[in-house]
Amino acid sequence: MSDLSRRPNAPIVGESVAHESARLHVTGQALYTDDLAQRAPDALTAWPVQSPHAHARVLSIDISNAMALPGVVRILTADDVPGVNDAGIKHDEPLFPSEAMFYGHAIVWVLGETQDAARAGAAAVVIDYEPLPSIISVTEAIEAHSFQGMARTISRGNADQALADADVIVSGVTEFSGQEHFYLETHAALAMVDEGGQIFIQSSTQHPSEAQEIVSHVLNRPSHEITVQSLRMGGAFGGKEMQSHGFAAIAAIGTLVTGKPVRLRLNRTLDMTMTGKRHGFHTTWNAGFSSDGRLLALTATLTADGGWCLDMSEAVLGRALCHIDNAYFIPNVHVDGRISKSNKTSQTAFRGFGGPQGMLMIEDIMGRSAPVLGMRPEDLRKKNFYRDGETTPYGMPVRHAHRITDLWEGALRNSGFVQRRKEVDTFNEQNHDVKRGLAITPVKFGISFNLVAFNQAGALVHVYKDGSVLISHGGTEMGQGLHTKMLQVAATALGVPLSSVKLAPTRTDKVPNTSATAASSGTDLNGGAVKNACEQIIERISAVAGGMLGVSGKDVRFSNGQVTGLGVRDKSLSFAEVVLRAYMQRVQLWAAGFYRTEGLHWNADLMQGEPFKYFACGAAVTEVEIDSFTGAYKTRRVDIVHDAGDSLSPMIDIGQIEGGYVQGVGWLTLEDLRWDESDGPHRGRLLTQSASTYKIPSFSEMPEVFNVHLLDQAEEEGAVYGSKAVGEPPFMLAFSVREAIRDAVSSFAPEGYSVLLASPATPEEVFWSIQDARDAGGTSVDDLAQSLRANYPSPARP
Amino acid sequence: MTTSESRVNVEPTFTINGSEHPFGPATSHATALEWLRDNRLAGAKEGCAEGECGACAVLVAQTDREGGTSWTAVNSCLVPMAALDGQELVTSEGLGTPEELHPVQKAMAAAGGSQCGYCTPGFICSMAGEYYRSDRKPAETEPSPCEHGEVGENGFDLHSLSGNLCRCTGYRPIRDAAYSLGPADVDSMKDRLQSPPPSYPSTDLFRTDGRFIRATTLVEATELLAENPTAVLVAGSTDWGVEVNLRARRAPLVIAIDRIPELDSISFSDNEVEIGAATPLSEIERVLDGRIPLLQQLIPQFASRLIRNRATLGGNLGTGSPIGDSPPALLSLEAQIVLVSAKGERVLPLSEYFTGYRATVKRQGELIKSLRIPLPLSNLSAFHKIAKRRFDDISSVAVAFSFQIDDAVISKAVIGLGGVAATPLRAYATEQTLVGQPWTRETIRRAATVLATEGTPMSDHRASSRYRSIMLSSALIKFYSQNSPEQERK
Repeated sequence: MSDLSRRPNAPIVGESVAHESARLHVTGQALYTDDLAQRAPDALTAWPVQSPHAHARVLSIDISNAMALPGVVRILTADDVPGVNDAGIKHDEPLFPSEAMFYGHAIVWVLGETQDAARAGAAAVVIDYEPLPSIISVTEAIEAHSFQGMARTISRGNADQALADADVIVSGVTEFSGQEHFYLETHAALAMVDEGGQIFIQSSTQHPSEAQEIVSHVLNRPSHEITVQSLRMGGAFGGKEMQSHGFAAIAAIGTLVTGKPVRLRLNRTLDMTMTGKRHGFHTTWNAGFSSDGRLLALTATLTADGGWCLDMSEAVLGRALCHIDNAYFIPNVHVDGRISKSNKTSQTAFRGFGGPQGMLMIEDIMGRSAPVLGMRPEDLRKKNFYRDGETTPYGMPVRHAHRITDLWEGALRNSGFVQRRKEVDTFNEQNHDVKRGLAITPVKFGISFNLVAFNQAGALVHVYKDGSVLISHGGTEMGQGLHTKMLQVAATALGVPLSSVKLAPTRTDKVPNTSATAASSGTDLNGGAVKNACEQIIERISAVAGGMLGVSGKDVRFSNGQVTGLGVRDKSLSFAEVVLRAYMQRVQLWAAGFYRTEGLHWNADLMQGEPFKYFACGAAVTEVEIDSFTGAYKTRRVDIVHDAGDSLSPMIDIGQIEGGYVQGVGWLTLEDLRWDESDGPHRGRLLTQSASTYKIPSFSEMPEVFNVHLLDQAEEEGAVYGSKAVGEPPFMLAFSVREAIRDAVSSFAPEGYSVLLASPATPEEVFWSIQDARDAGGTSVDDLAQSLRANYPSPARP
Repeated sequence: MTTSESRVNVEPTFTINGSEHPFGPATSHATALEWLRDNRLAGAKEGCAEGECGACAVLVAQTDREGGTSWTAVNSCLVPMAALDGQELVTSEGLGTPEELHPVQKAMAAAGGSQCGYCTPGFICSMAGEYYRSDRKPAETEPSPCEHGEVGENGFDLHSLSGNLCRCTGYRPIRDAAYSLGPADVDSMKDRLQSPPPSYPSTDLFRTDGRFIRATTLVEATELLAENPTAVLVAGSTDWGVEVNLRARRAPLVIAIDRIPELDSISFSDNEVEIGAATPLSEIERVLDGRIPLLQQLIPQFASRLIRNRATLGGNLGTGSPIGDSPPALLSLEAQIVLVSAKGERVLPLSEYFTGYRATVKRQGELIKSLRIPLPLSNLSAFHKIAKRRFDDISSVAVAFSFQIDDAVISKAVIGLGGVAATPLRAYATEQTLVGQPWTRETIRRAATVLATEGTPMSDHRASSRYRSIMLSSALIKFYSQNSPEQERK
């Protein structure tokens, strides 16, 4: 147990509490960025003029018709940029481009007195383009050798030799789609200039400090003239880590040139056509196994579908490479990674940040290889789990490796896996149109930013004379419950009731130089900083209280608003009394806290080091039922056991686990990004650009039975109050649904048949997989289905 | 324009959360969502602006068709505010306050039903609508989880939330909150259920962006349309609202026709059921109460409850879309469509209504008055919708079967198809293959091969053409296997 992880008596952390804004959410009183714009009635609205070409040179821009329209105030162009015309940090992302790099790329922005006026103005701007050749799909990019950024390789042992020596080699290509974030609140920013000439920006962003830096270079003003606030976000999931900054910059330019507040809010179609998504990947792989199922060697090439500019693709690729092992020890590895450049939105962070992509490949390998090896998939997976003392391909010891097995056994037990395996088999023997599938998959996910410098955080804690507490910290709230946990941490560290602590919105003038709230690290980092600030205050007022109680400051205890001394039976003080006395004694009652994650090191060139503080693990069992007439399926039951350390806030953590799982199910089975890859006039256009064509999970995707358990006695020494990060890892528990579908499809095929499954495994794709399975000579084939297949042979599949 | 002379231009007013509000300076196209947000009621959110996510849901006092009121959740992003003239609305802000939560709000907060909170006000309104549903009764027996009826022990129908999307929670805590609700407390909103909802005045709103008129009689509607043949007609506005929001369309004149008695009624005779073209689907479902089994199957699969609370058959047919869900069902029921204009009425089979992609025989100046479904119905019917998502998705393919089977012989077979051609289709060739044949696997096998060749489906983002064709056959085979003599013996 470390000082960081030790909990005092009667801690507020560990209690199940509702989200700190729940009462505001349910009454419609919780404000979001664009709700604030309603309170600035003279605010202008910004609307983009989007490119109708996937790739084209901008020859001329004629704004005269637009400016003649009523209510159109100004057209923002590159000429209005006082500083650097770039919305990113890689200098490959012009805010106002002279070359349209994707269909929907914003070329200029119109400011109108109303949204209707701005939108009409945007429709009236005439841009002359010279269309250029374009690359849309990742396979086109690979063929054209169109890549960007640093290629990376992760390597250990001698993979080629080990592959050659292996008893069984399984090879394949696994290609899978990206995913639209579909945060319910689209991107939004509201900028204004205050009375002192300060630029103040409300932004729906996960990374206020980077918004500040980017606005700073765009406006050519130092950071201290720019303040960014992120009040709360209506979901983000990584989509507002970087992609929000350009919009903040547009609003900031607008307010500078007009002197009025400027509001920018993308509608759903703008958001989907303009902002980056999860990277789809193309992977080719060879896996070598011993005859008894030990994975001995893996060689692979991963191509991340980067889109038009780099954004964070290099870091996403890095994390993908660090997760090609998932929970499996692979002694010999050689995996190359690269980033394609294409004329699409610039793909970005999304919950898991490459981790899911790396893990999807290895889970696909496991699922496809098990029948080849004559093993049950669950046996093959378990056989290859990390054991204590083993290290990852990038050289990091897997501490507490046995936890993977503990979680696995717990999920098997909770789900009644062995019995249900029999029930599913019996059901499948008795039904030939409907089949069930059952699968279990593990998750091992590294926690910390791969880039070591980002693993720091700050907080500001104020104790007022009446004993009330106000905290602010560098993390942003996007629904994940970070603020709730920070309140619990502060209440625990100060020994006051939760109701004594309030939280102020995240702003760059409260805590500077913050990292993005990302990489699941928000609680670890900011919690460490909040705790540190509280402990500074406690140390100072302990001396005061010691004097009042007649004991040494070291013997003072703070709990639930009461201050007591060891061995002092007849006297206790209220926190407020002590605080007031401390004020009178001129003792500082506020503190700035700081936290840095210790022990991290990472060499990005070698892809070696210890980039993670710890691993967050879990296991999930999923049962599905598929209808062979249509390929449609439903999830009958899910059992999850997840390691959230000693949970700071169990209801919030379970919410993250369930929500992550269902979002992962969406990625793997339902959400189907389609781009126009034809040579037609709308080549490059996103075809699924609205909620009516891009379907995220609804109530119909909720598992009928959904059991989630947190691993007991799971203290993590390296994190605040023994907890673990929980934002991203559960997303990857959804692999169990994909493997359960694979299991169900396999019951249409003979023994030993390796089921290929597209991702997303939409009903249509599952239908084709069933057809392939039946074509392979499965048992009890329906004669009617047989006649259909004769008429409609299956398409060629990878 | 004669219509303007004969009308009184009175500013629309509303009762929102119990207070009177004038329309104010908003445009005639302003949606209820825009209007509410511009008037400091920012609880309702825009998530998609096309009625898919429900973040904008609010409650409107609508008729329960039995002399009382139903608190009906609707997508405020699709309804023009002008269409709610004289109406009573309740938003999440009006249900309760942070200090004094409404029972629905309390249940959601306690269950962890909100994470980012952005979708929450909409969920609250949908949930409150179901909470106050007067015929919501605790289940007498353990609810059976059947494919299209997820109902809690408290009688809460989960389909009431099918039009609300949440990206954070995975829905389980929202379901638990919904299923934990008791019977509706006696409060002012429950009291309100006893008396009729407000009537609709003859709204006439002029703004620079256009004019909005509510016609209250059929004569008025047809005359207005005769004078303004390019006017946009709206009932539930679930289609027009999308045009306004996503494609920025504006119209010089919008005419609301949804509260005209002839269009907003359902009548039964020995020979037919007549359904007014502007009757909301939820109300059709309630009034029919299973009397047309095929529609009973169709309606829960048609969009979401939020949409069905406003959407109408006239709207679904008026657009002429090839992927509407109602045409295949109505075709297989051999429905007739009644078109009316200032010159009079004409009645024709629905199978003759569609002429091409989004084209129909409806002439300028005509509107759809009603659908007539002949009786008796065939004795075996089914509606098969193939889509990516089970709740609230657009069909890749929709197939409706109405078969009369007497003594194991198919004496009549009518099949309606959607999603496989530029228009909804009757599968005539397949029907001919079936009629007079025994109800056997052999018959179905032959017919399924024919059915797969009907239509000329396209490949698009929803499905490939091959999948669509095969799904036609597959639906017939599934229909047989679920209703075959062998099945009955099991």
